[in-house]
Amino acid sequence: MNTPWTPPYLPQGTVYGTLLNFRREHALWAPRMNEAPYKAPPQAPVLYIKTANTFTPSGHAIALPHQVAEVDVSASLGLVAGEGGRVASAVLFNNVAIPHESYFRPSVKFRCVDGFLGVGRDAVALDALGGLDGLASLVIELRVNGVHRQTVALADLVRDAATLWADVNAFQTLRLGDVLMLGTDCLPDGSRPRAKAGDAVEILATGFKPLVNAFVGEAS
Amino acid sequence: MKRARIAWAGAVHDAIEADGQLELLTPAFKGRRVTFDEVVWLPPLAPVDRARTVLALGLNYADHAKELDFKAPEEPLAFVKGESSLIGHRAFTVRPDNVQFMHYECELAVVIGKPAKRVKKADALQYVAGYTVANDYAIRDYLENWYRPNLKVKNRDTCTPIGPWLVDAADVADPMNLALTTTVNGQLTQQGNTKDMIFDVPTLIEYFSGFMTLMPGDLILTGTPDGVVDCQPGDVIVTSIEHIGELMNTITAAPKAA
Repeated sequence: MNTPWTPPYLPQGTVYGTLLNFRREHALWAPRMNEAPYKAPPQAPVLYIKTANTFTPSGHAIALPHQVAEVDVSASLGLVAGEGGRVASAVLFNNVAIPHESYFRPSVKFRCVDGFLGVGRDAVALDALGGLDGLASLVIELRVNGVHRQTVALADLVRDAATLWADVNAFQTLRLGDVLMLGTDCLPDGSRPRAKAGDAVEILATGFKPLVNAFVGEAS
Repeated sequence: MKRARIAWAGAVHDAIEADGQLELLTPAFKGRRVTFDEVVWLPPLAPVDRARTVLALGLNYADHAKELDFKAPEEPLAFVKGESSLIGHRAFTVRPDNVQFMHYECELAVVIGKPAKRVKKADALQYVAGYTVANDYAIRDYLENWYRPNLKVKNRDTCTPIGPWLVDAADVADPMNLALTTTVNGQLTQQGNTKDMIFDVPTLIEYFSGFMTLMPGDLILTGTPDGVVDCQPGDVIVTSIEHIGELMNTITAAPKAA
């Protein structure tokens, strides 16, 4: 069957990321959540924004800033808002960040660096993925230079897709084209897979085209 | 020149201020003047072809930092907002039920005019298209210490009035010496001056453009001085900045659940 060509997807609206939405990382943090400066576990979803300057299409390189040797790379699934506040489709992302230990202050300088969001080739219709409930069985694999580094199972979310979507829309309406990423998982030790200049990172999931981004040093 | 974006007669129009009226720029009505009361005021921002970056500053006036019991930051305390929280002049902002402390924040808003990457402080103002007034409401009941200030406090629907005018940068001789005031139902509650910013506009542009490319239409809300008070449904809040504009907003109660 010939599939008609469609232009590569790029987010048209605001892209939100979610912190601490995988059970493993939440559990690792739990003993510290009541300590300063946090003083209590988070109640509302902890969100951040990936600004438009971060968007890098699949197949394009992501540049590391000078004096940044390695970055965290994270597989994430983003839900794309359609009309009427419903989820229309889903997209794979490579959510890149400069590693940071503290979750107290907003993470703009760590997360909103030029190029720091690899964007999957296509927004896949939610219906083709079994709807929001079907996402619970989705497994995403992350490879660095062809070597398996992480398996992310959406069954391990703290707030599942439907719950997160509802809890976020309760205070800020996701408009047509806005994207809500469900979160990123950590490795057993709490860190995330890293990439350095010269590495290639692939993110794979059933039903999606592979998301591939090479990492390069920043041109001087 | 003072530029506005309005809805009038079934369509959206760009307009400029002329003798206390709005002069339409739309070709079909070019030169026609309408009164301020005839229109719906939208955020004074042209649409952009990618998500608009809306940066905002916390604790950027020494007195406000003190009021909120924090030490002044050593680098800008920046957070990002979504464009969907923006709303125009003379709009309604919703106060949720059962909250104790919802306050305005009168802020000078910088609108970027050309792509800015690794801009030096000395050149930074060349990258500014103009200035407007923002009211960056916060609901402190929802404050949590995770990526604080968190989005439930700062990114709510209707909670970022902005406008009425985009004033061309060329018409603002010194953006770092503008008086700010806020009134609640006509009573003066907040007073300050942009000269008291901890990180001034050129410094902020240098800081942000050092790691992220700012694009035309992107916004920087530069923080608020001392003097924030709780606002209740029915309160009329006017946030004003000298030479830039007077932004009016009315607080309304949340709709009752059906």
